[in-house]
Amino acid sequence: MTVLFILVPVALGIVLIGVVAFVWATRQGQFDDLETPALRILRDDSSPDRPR
Amino acid sequence: MSTAVAEPAAATAADCTHCGLPVLPGDVEPDLVRQFCCAGCRTAWDLINAAGLTAYYRSGDRRGAPVRGSGRRYDEFDHPTFHRLYVREVGGGLLETELYLEGVHCASCVWLVEQVPLAVPGASRAELNVPRSLARVQWNPAQTSLAPIARFLDQVGYPSHPFRGGRADQRRRAEDRAMLVRIGVAGAIAINVMTVALALYAGWFGAMEPGYVRYFRWISLGLTVPAIGWPGRVFFTSACGALRARRLHMDVPIAIALGAGFIRGAMNTVTDTGPIYFDGVVTLIFLLLVGRFLQQRAQRAAADSAALLHGLTPSTARLVAGDSIAEVPVESLVPGSVVEVRAGDPIPTDGVVTEGCSTVDAALLTGESVPVSVEPGDLVYAGTTNAGAALRVRVTEAGEATRLGRILRELEAGIGRRAPVVHTADRLAGWFVAAVLILAAVTYGVWSRIDPTVALDHAIALLIVTCPCALALATPLTMTVAIGRAARTGILIRGADALEVLARPATMLLDKTGTLTEGRLELLDWRGDEALRAVILALESHSNHPVARAFELAWPTIVAPPATEVRQTLGGGVTGRVAGIASAVGTPTFVLAVARDPHRLADALPTHLTPVLVARAGVVCGAAGFGDPVRPDSLGALAALRRRGWRIGILSGDAPGVVAAAAATLGVPAGDARGGATPEAKLAEVERQLAAGPIVMVGDGVNDAPAIGRASVGIGVRGGAEACLAAADVFLARPGLTPLVALIEGAERTLAVIRRTIAVSIGYNLVGAGLAMGGVINPLIAAIMMPVSSLTVILLAWRSQTFRTEP
Repeated sequence: MTVLFILVPVALGIVLIGVVAFVWATRQGQFDDLETPALRILRDDSSPDRPR
Repeated sequence: MSTAVAEPAAATAADCTHCGLPVLPGDVEPDLVRQFCCAGCRTAWDLINAAGLTAYYRSGDRRGAPVRGSGRRYDEFDHPTFHRLYVREVGGGLLETELYLEGVHCASCVWLVEQVPLAVPGASRAELNVPRSLARVQWNPAQTSLAPIARFLDQVGYPSHPFRGGRADQRRRAEDRAMLVRIGVAGAIAINVMTVALALYAGWFGAMEPGYVRYFRWISLGLTVPAIGWPGRVFFTSACGALRARRLHMDVPIAIALGAGFIRGAMNTVTDTGPIYFDGVVTLIFLLLVGRFLQQRAQRAAADSAALLHGLTPSTARLVAGDSIAEVPVESLVPGSVVEVRAGDPIPTDGVVTEGCSTVDAALLTGESVPVSVEPGDLVYAGTTNAGAALRVRVTEAGEATRLGRILRELEAGIGRRAPVVHTADRLAGWFVAAVLILAAVTYGVWSRIDPTVALDHAIALLIVTCPCALALATPLTMTVAIGRAARTGILIRGADALEVLARPATMLLDKTGTLTEGRLELLDWRGDEALRAVILALESHSNHPVARAFELAWPTIVAPPATEVRQTLGGGVTGRVAGIASAVGTPTFVLAVARDPHRLADALPTHLTPVLVARAGVVCGAAGFGDPVRPDSLGALAALRRRGWRIGILSGDAPGVVAAAAATLGVPAGDARGGATPEAKLAEVERQLAAGPIVMVGDGVNDAPAIGRASVGIGVRGGAEACLAAADVFLARPGLTPLVALIEGAERTLAVIRRTIAVSIGYNLVGAGLAMGGVINPLIAAIMMPVSSLTVILLAWRSQTFRTEP
């Protein structure tokens, strides 16, 4: 079980990467508005409208 | 193709393709697929079609309201003053600004607004924030300017205003982000400490080598230090602040429990004896931060309002300089300048009319339901609308100094003065802290006689197990769930505090015009011949007075014959020849000056209605009474509120006689119905009555806004002025007053749920305290009990039926 002495710090290192990524994303403003992006994808703007 | 079903034009041939309103029979063009009710709609459709945006018509949630571009030119958006105030440079030579858009509410809005770069060459980016109705636009000044962008947004139905709260907004955004970062960090640490704790508890039952136990305990300590030092610090700061102010609030026991748990745990880690508590401490920090975040977000929306408000006063004026007229920002006007106000435009400043005669609709500013006539020499105010013909106005006061500016300032001050609502949980907190501290002292005292070695551990176990985590979560969580459910039923609640106030019967003051009534002039009483109607319409079709429009609305199917020799007298009426006979329509004074009244029709109308007489060949032969009809559901809603113990009063800016008549219809005692109240008087009345208890103010106009901002809870109703909505804590998005009753019922149920969750969490704490005092608690039991109590509270809040969705 001595592998724990390596695995736990490795796991915590991965957690640290995640936390740093989250802090970066937050400071970038990616969580400022949680409503609009959900609405933004609802419109399909790739289909052109042809008059009948 | 699916368009056949979705496009409204195909469904009913007589509905306007653009706005969905019925097309008048005379305007239907039988051989065309697309029908339009007016040239405006046709233009709008052409515009949208030319920009390739007709997918807009397939969105089901257009609410049926016609898109009405205001037709403004927005030239002032390119004025240097405007740029200095609101526009900033971003990288790559681009300019950026934020615009507050009216009428943003759904997915279609996001889509339509963000098409700006497609529709306006040179615009590089448009991003909409739906909850705040703010669009951030970027453009290349070499290719275009802000005015064409604003014009496009206006044409597709979103009149734009500069957003005047930039700096406060940035500060708030930074606060929000810091809060989110704290939650993220606390969550990551909590999960890992719990994982480690799981290993420790598992080892506690089986055999675990002491070396590994020590290793895991040190890892827990290492993880908990940043959790206390970074996300957890807010509780210590806040508790210190409370103690310095000699008050006990929820953060004091929380800080004591966190501090005691952490220090004792650290000591036990170093000495390698006894329990470590770290899992409890970090879970606590995480859950409490989540609760606080929910609460803050609900209050944040309320704070947004005052800044947005300034974005809603008219931002443009047509400055007269010699023979030319230029659109300039309101900020650049000084007393003495002369501005032109076209028919239908809002009046930008306070001033004196120098040229032109017109009627001014002051309903939003003063609550008067009948427009007033103005002529040279009369005063007009910013925030009112010129309903008749073009006017020239000499500015006397501009910007902040106008009456509207003063009202808005009073509104902000009122919101600032509003006493904070003491939450049920906060009221309990003081008692709670005292009880916990006394119990901890007793535990320590008793156990130091029995077994001094465990006395401190038992006392700390008590502090941790009774930490008011569930108690602190109960209120924000239940409120957040209730607000979400309410929003689905069309009741938008911004200040969570509002629910706490609304749950107890108090005094409710309602505005009349637009709140209890429909807020528009309507023909309520008609005495005269059927044939006379066509004559009236013939004359009134030459007038743009609101009475003329009300006649047209009342009799939409009657076809008017042509009228000749038509002459209008402002503030009087219209005369002319219809079918060769001299006819007159107008006020009693005007008509009686040219006609006899043998049937005494002038006196037949009820006194609270505005009379209009009709004369043919010098004889009065018809009388019409105009008024503002009471909404159909007002009576029932007020009765329901009275049954729940509310005292109802009317506070209106309309004429006292009209208010008394409405009060009589609605069963409001004459003593509680006050008319002729200016915005300032409304504010004063609310302040006076606040001395006796909480006041709920319901209204729709700018004139109600200061009172709404000052009242314990302000409620805006559908169709109201944006300034009033910005001031209100609650906005009823469904028409009428029925949602008001639903709101009160929902608030009562919400408070009941909060009481239940608080009772449950205190129950848990009592059990925990008993176990800790008895010395039978161990870290495992504490670690299980705490999340379970929080979980119970979350479940109770989640399952609560606070606002019922109506079928």
